[in-house]
Amino acid sequence: MNEEGIWSWEKAWEVLPSLLRGLVITIEATVVGMVIASILGLLIALAMRAPTRWVRGPLRLVVDFIRMTPLLVQLVFAWLLLVDVPPLVIGFGVLGVHYATYMSEVYRAGIEAVPPGQWEAATALNLPKGRTWFAIILPQAIRKTLPGLGNYAVSMFKETPFLFAITVVEMYSAALNFGANTFSYIEALTMVGLLFLIVSYPTSLLVRRMEIRFA
Amino acid sequence: MTTASNGTPAIEFKDVVKRFGDNVVLDKLNFSVAQGDRVTLIGPSGSGKTTILRLLMTLEEANGGLILIDGDPYTHEYKGDRWVEIPEKRRRLVRKRVGMVFQQFNLFPNMTVLENITEAPIHVLGKSKKDAVERAEQLLEQVGMSEKRDFKTNQLSGGQQQRVAIARALAMDPEILLLDEVTSALDPEIVADVLGVLREIANTTDITMLLVTHEMQFAREVSNRVLMFDHGKIVEEADPETMFTNPTHERTQEFLKAVLGR
Repeated sequence: MNEEGIWSWEKAWEVLPSLLRGLVITIEATVVGMVIASILGLLIALAMRAPTRWVRGPLRLVVDFIRMTPLLVQLVFAWLLLVDVPPLVIGFGVLGVHYATYMSEVYRAGIEAVPPGQWEAATALNLPKGRTWFAIILPQAIRKTLPGLGNYAVSMFKETPFLFAITVVEMYSAALNFGANTFSYIEALTMVGLLFLIVSYPTSLLVRRMEIRFA
Repeated sequence: MTTASNGTPAIEFKDVVKRFGDNVVLDKLNFSVAQGDRVTLIGPSGSGKTTILRLLMTLEEANGGLILIDGDPYTHEYKGDRWVEIPEKRRRLVRKRVGMVFQQFNLFPNMTVLENITEAPIHVLGKSKKDAVERAEQLLEQVGMSEKRDFKTNQLSGGQQQRVAIARALAMDPEILLLDEVTSALDPEIVADVLGVLREIANTTDITMLLVTHEMQFAREVSNRVLMFDHGKIVEEADPETMFTNPTHERTQEFLKAVLGR
């Protein structure tokens, strides 16, 4: 057992470099995951507006399936299935797809919040469908989705420890590795918690400000 | 573009039917508007006036009948006995001749005043940016909004927004301009400004105008024909002078009495 008692500042300091390396992976996974989620989420939201049931029906099924099953299970499943793909890449992909299903709802709400008068004015000006979407509807809808996007970014950030299950050495894995070698789990995990807090708290404050500004 | 001047009406409704659920708003409506006419539609709310404008802008779909613009089928046509929808591609060609100004302005809040006006000329008419801006500036001048050119639309008052919306519609050089209660959402003291702008347009262009308004004085000044609607039917049709001073139909008399308060 740890002979220096329950807490050692020295150990807490010692674990920091490997945690910071883990933090880089954590942030990387969040950023790449969010990029995938925001693009794919938008595509899902748009596809859900397709006039035919043959697109909406199957897509709804897939989206619900992804939402109703745990992220951890999806990660491990994809990892076992795709043996040749680097675990970190699987992590990016699964986080991205998982959150895309949630982001699509945010986009849907954003698109529906654009007043019908905007569509009508676009029709009255004879603007083509594509131009209406890109120049008028989406710029207004996406503005409304920014706070939601921020919230999901924070939440995805906090779920990156699941990547531990597929051998990606992010912060949590780094802490466990350190603990396994030094038995100083408490210091390592406390520092992990602090680092998460240091990143996510300011981010969530930023999101709250966005909510007020874009509301 | 076919600008018929040979007596083909600018707008023609043939047996047009429009229902909202069980509610029949227009029941086999027939009427036409000649090129250059200024026609005001009056009548109680729910009488179908706004629906007529919305059908002309393809914001609503008819349930029957034909709408012709310059004699061209617009939204539907008969193939043999079958009443079929005209595809969007062909509708666009006809819709190009029609412009609309809305009660709620409907400016694009993500664009500046200038961008609101140049958007469609550039992306629909294929004008160069330079030409579009030049024309937009000219129109802004005309509606007295030049100094607001680079403002975002939410920095403008209702009256200012409506003047920009008028300029935006005119930038497409429509042959037909639909005005849907364009002053109803405005404060009383700025109604006159907007009406002044419209009066100017009426006096200096030959655009066919179809207006729904509660501004009877304005209707009297600007239009050369007034149609009184009730329950989706035209109950009376006359020149403004006759309509407002000496209406024959009882329903019109009641309505005008209520609106004009005398």
